[in-house]
Amino acid sequence: MIISVASGKGGTGKTTVATNLVVSIGEGAQLLDCDVEEPNAHLFIHPDIDSVETRYAPVPEIDLDKCTYCRKCAQICRFNAIAVAGETVLVFPELCHSCGGCMAVCPEKAISETGRELGVIEKGRKNGIGFVHGRLKVGEAMSPPLIKQVRACAEPDKFVVIDAPPGTSCPVIAAMKNTNFVLMVTEPTPFGLHDLKLAVEAVKVLNIPAGLVINRADIGDDGVKDYAKAENLPILMEIPFDRRIAEAYSQGKLAVEVLPEWKARFVKLHDQIKSLAV
Amino acid sequence: MKELVVISGKGGTGKTSLTAAFAALAENRVLCDADVDAADLHLLMAPEIKTRTDFIGGGIAEINPDKCTRCGLCREMCRFSAISKDFIVDAIACEGCGVCVDFCPEQAIDFPAQVCGQWFVSDTRYGPMVHARLGIAEENSGKLVTLIRQQAKKLAQEQNLDLIITDGPPGIGCPVIASIGGATGVLIVTEPTVSGVHDMERVAQLAAHFNIPAMVCVNKYDLNPDQTTAIEKIAEQQGILFVGRIPFDPVFTKSMIQGKNIIEYGNGSKPVEAVTQIWKAVSRQLDNAR
Repeated sequence: MIISVASGKGGTGKTTVATNLVVSIGEGAQLLDCDVEEPNAHLFIHPDIDSVETRYAPVPEIDLDKCTYCRKCAQICRFNAIAVAGETVLVFPELCHSCGGCMAVCPEKAISETGRELGVIEKGRKNGIGFVHGRLKVGEAMSPPLIKQVRACAEPDKFVVIDAPPGTSCPVIAAMKNTNFVLMVTEPTPFGLHDLKLAVEAVKVLNIPAGLVINRADIGDDGVKDYAKAENLPILMEIPFDRRIAEAYSQGKLAVEVLPEWKARFVKLHDQIKSLAV
Repeated sequence: MKELVVISGKGGTGKTSLTAAFAALAENRVLCDADVDAADLHLLMAPEIKTRTDFIGGGIAEINPDKCTRCGLCREMCRFSAISKDFIVDAIACEGCGVCVDFCPEQAIDFPAQVCGQWFVSDTRYGPMVHARLGIAEENSGKLVTLIRQQAKKLAQEQNLDLIITDGPPGIGCPVIASIGGATGVLIVTEPTVSGVHDMERVAQLAAHFNIPAMVCVNKYDLNPDQTTAIEKIAEQQGILFVGRIPFDPVFTKSMIQGKNIIEYGNGSKPVEAVTQIWKAVSRQLDNAR
């Protein structure tokens, strides 16, 4: 089973929930940190990393000995990643979406593929828990290709938890798509509610069952609860604001380490997810 | 004209609350919400929308079943696994590359441009504001960010306003890159946690990569004073101006619930004093920038 932890708004506690959940499950769980722009789960899991691989996206390379400057490659590219001016071909690898159109259309077979570095994927373990994360190279704009490569590291026989990036656009979709369940994490504030609604819309588009964790449940107003009720979105857990949890988090410690009674609650959350997932 | 972009790396550190407070403290400003994915600034600004414009993104493939002979070439060529066995395009998986459109021997694939969102020009109690809403599950957030920043600039020129305050998105990817390019400076809002420090360092690298001068401030600094000190040291080492620390205070959430910024709502509270000092340091820095 594979689930994702998502939120819409950033900083609501996705990583807190994902890391405490996998540690509470223990052996048989795998955590994929798909927030490749700002991966944080490793700061709490402290995995022993045993492999680091640089990952690439395919981008075109032009063999100028074969090129006849016919411009077909530039014409097919919808991302303006190739320009032909006179007898000069310019490739803008950072704009390339790796669709392979230019290579397929080139009548002279003058185009091959080389790689644009996306970042690295690091894999490791901690106490029987599998850990994988992607770290997007600073300056690289596109995160979905690396997110998809992190997703490809999922071990299907495990209980796989994806820590998703914030937002509602393509990076989040890449992290949530084809999962069995989405655990939404929000806070009971106007910003939390507004962005939760957007995230719920995204989950609906993907047609995945979802449940809600309300973090810092006592800091705001009742908007989130009223909305969850109206939407039939089950509230699976409420985590009150507790300075001990916030301080533990600030130091890279898990809630279940400083407040061991939370472990049973996360185990229960795991059971609830299993009964709700498709 | 100067443009300040408020970013953070990590989400939820207080970018929007600070941007709204700066809106109240600054003069002659245009506001711009570049977090088009999960825009929240309007919740504190009560904007009165003056113009509403569709944002047209790229095309998405659409197979015409009457013309399709089910030859399978499109499925073979699609690198995004966006075409099903029944020759139906998964609009979410479709990257908009149009390779299937160009290669279909029957010309059975259309490529209609998509409305990917909307952008707005509004009036607020602090002057004009440009904001947007990217459609759910859409791509092209970077293009929409670029568009609304251009509109904010245009508006500032037309109305003779000399400052744009832009609320940026979290992360370091495409919308953030689109948000900071060409800005006078960025303010990184972080928090004194292991995540806050980690993410601040990455977004600071991004700003350096694009040669944008960076400043940093710490929100909720008293949650972990040691981490706050560590952030100040990192800033000093990297030549980033440290502009201040804001104490943890429920006034942020309370004012948000009232749809207000903390300058309006939290009169006399400690964060108001801190944020006012931060704004002074930031605007001094912007004034000195070329």
